[in-house]
Amino acid sequence: MAATNVEVWQQATVIETQSIATDIQRIVLEPSAPKKAEPGSHVDLKVMIDGEQDKRSYSVVESSEDGKRLAISVMKAPQSRGGSLFMHTLKPGDTLEITQPLQNFPLRVGAERYILLAGGIGITAMINMARVLKNLKADYTFVYAGRNRAAMAYLPELQELHGDNLVVHVDDEGTSLKVDELVASADLETELYMCGPIRLMDVVRRAWTERELNLPDLRYETFGNSGWYDPEEFIVRIPRLGVEAKVGQGRSMLETLEDAGVDMMFDCRKGECGLCEVRILELDGAVDHRDVFYSERQQHAAAKMCCCVSRAVTSKTGAKSDADPHRGPAVVTIEVS
Amino acid sequence: MTAVQSTSSTTNKVLGHPLNAWYVAAWDHEVTRKPMSRRVANRPLALYRTEDGKAVALADACWHRLAPLSMGKTMGKDGIQCPYHGIVYNSAGRCVSMPAQETINPSATVPSFPVVERYRYVWVWLGDPTKADPDLVPDMHQMSSEEWAGDGETIHADCNYQLVLDNLMDLTHEEFVHSSSIGQEELSESDFEVTHDGSTVTVSRWMHNIDAPPFWLKNMRDKFPGFEGKVDRWQIITFQAPSTINIDVGVAKAGTGAPEGDRSQGVNGFVMNTITPETDRSCHYFWAFMRNYRLESQLITTQLRNGVHGVFGEDEEMLKAQQAAIDANPDYEFYNLNIDAGGMWVRRLIERMLEAEGRLVPTA
Repeated sequence: MAATNVEVWQQATVIETQSIATDIQRIVLEPSAPKKAEPGSHVDLKVMIDGEQDKRSYSVVESSEDGKRLAISVMKAPQSRGGSLFMHTLKPGDTLEITQPLQNFPLRVGAERYILLAGGIGITAMINMARVLKNLKADYTFVYAGRNRAAMAYLPELQELHGDNLVVHVDDEGTSLKVDELVASADLETELYMCGPIRLMDVVRRAWTERELNLPDLRYETFGNSGWYDPEEFIVRIPRLGVEAKVGQGRSMLETLEDAGVDMMFDCRKGECGLCEVRILELDGAVDHRDVFYSERQQHAAAKMCCCVSRAVTSKTGAKSDADPHRGPAVVTIEVS
Repeated sequence: MTAVQSTSSTTNKVLGHPLNAWYVAAWDHEVTRKPMSRRVANRPLALYRTEDGKAVALADACWHRLAPLSMGKTMGKDGIQCPYHGIVYNSAGRCVSMPAQETINPSATVPSFPVVERYRYVWVWLGDPTKADPDLVPDMHQMSSEEWAGDGETIHADCNYQLVLDNLMDLTHEEFVHSSSIGQEELSESDFEVTHDGSTVTVSRWMHNIDAPPFWLKNMRDKFPGFEGKVDRWQIITFQAPSTINIDVGVAKAGTGAPEGDRSQGVNGFVMNTITPETDRSCHYFWAFMRNYRLESQLITTQLRNGVHGVFGEDEEMLKAQQAAIDANPDYEFYNLNIDAGGMWVRRLIERMLEAEGRLVPTA
């Protein structure tokens, strides 16, 4: 059945919770209007942060045939805006509002060869896909990269299920992923699906382009929640409107501007569509582009940014130590539509 | 998707269609480099061929503003361009070009449905793509065999597809609907036998030592010039779930052993039917008449196609009127006759498929 992304909000009851890796909680939900989750799908759900409601997206790790058991897994992010902390407080019997499974990352059946690449918590988007490929007896390699084993959710289960098809890279064990080698193993008949930190995905995308593989065969999903730099507090100014606001570590520039009463245009809120684009008039610091809307050339020019995900940072080189601890926050002066 | 009401008597007046099945979207010759639109199982499709000749079925609605891709044009090796803002998709349904930006939104895709080309048809699978096994395409091998010749057409029938299946599973109606061509009173006088398994239903009927009706007398004379006399006539109807019905039909000189398996003194045809639901109240009825004699004669091919065209035109008129009467009498139910046994097994097999898909809603 063709995927539909019309959101149907419903109640879900938490039926199981379990800590499965460092700071990662597995949560099994029973939705009131169950629907089987296809590989690559996610659910949106409403979380409470400081008494206010907000929306988060989580990949569906597992779904029963009837959709009555949907498993998600949530990493407690150190820079979290509070959504993951809320998710970690859930206990069996709690209820929350969720959508039916939504699909922005469909697996195409019928490719000659597949590479699935998961970085860290990005594993959640790939588990369901890998299981389907195994059932289809497809030619696939499942690559799972992480910092250390204790932080890698589902590792033993995946090793048991996928055997030699699973290739594990662990930074702490000196077996870090070499992206060039991985991409060199792809050919024109290969589709690569990936989910992970944006640094990893940027590197893969560059290698893919250099190898002159077809870009539409490189599939990825981003929830716009990781960047090249750690998030910092910064200042945004709109001189025409007389607005100056401080963007907190756990807020986006778009949210901050909305809070300040600026009438902002946006759609996807994850750095894909480009509708929330703002023009940069002046910049004290650097832009941490976290979108996939701009090309590298455009990001480098730093004339515009997607304010839903991208941030201003003080560092100029990407090295954290580069930032002068005594200087003030980065300041970005913009114009909006 | 429509939920289906079930009754214990399996006589839904408007039956839903399984999605985990191959349906014919088009004849092979209909699908070309110029995109076409066809609705299958309630889903509008854009059908076209790649430069390499591979048939493609995409959802007929651009990701961006849902403009019909079938109004666009094919582009490059395997792409199609939306006629409205120029977004280009490849045969997998992935956007390969977007206007006025240097990158492509990774979410920009349209569903691409599994396609198999077989037996002169382009088949599509609208359900769970992980279950789209090409071996599940119904057997219609007579359509593309050197031992058979013939041709067919498509009827756009204004009725639920199940009404066509009912029609084909019980040929008693020939006596009344097709009295001038293939109908004869022996049809309703002769006995029939019904068998079934998990995915097929067979209804067999033999009529011994009868006069050949006009259609069959003509066919006998094509093979046996000047033929006169009685014949043994057969109709062996085989349903393959969810909506393909091949009918082994023919007549042979009476008493020459056809019922026992020697058909050499007769003529044999296969009426190939596969019905694709379009909406809940319309369907694409693909049919062909194949024969295994006088293979060289294009004249006979044309005559048979025209003959069946006339016969099926009579069915079409009845089916449309029946659907209209069903809709005009929502408070009246269907009742069954003994002759409906084949059709009732068909309904039961289809309802089991719907149940397996979780789309059969039982009544309380």
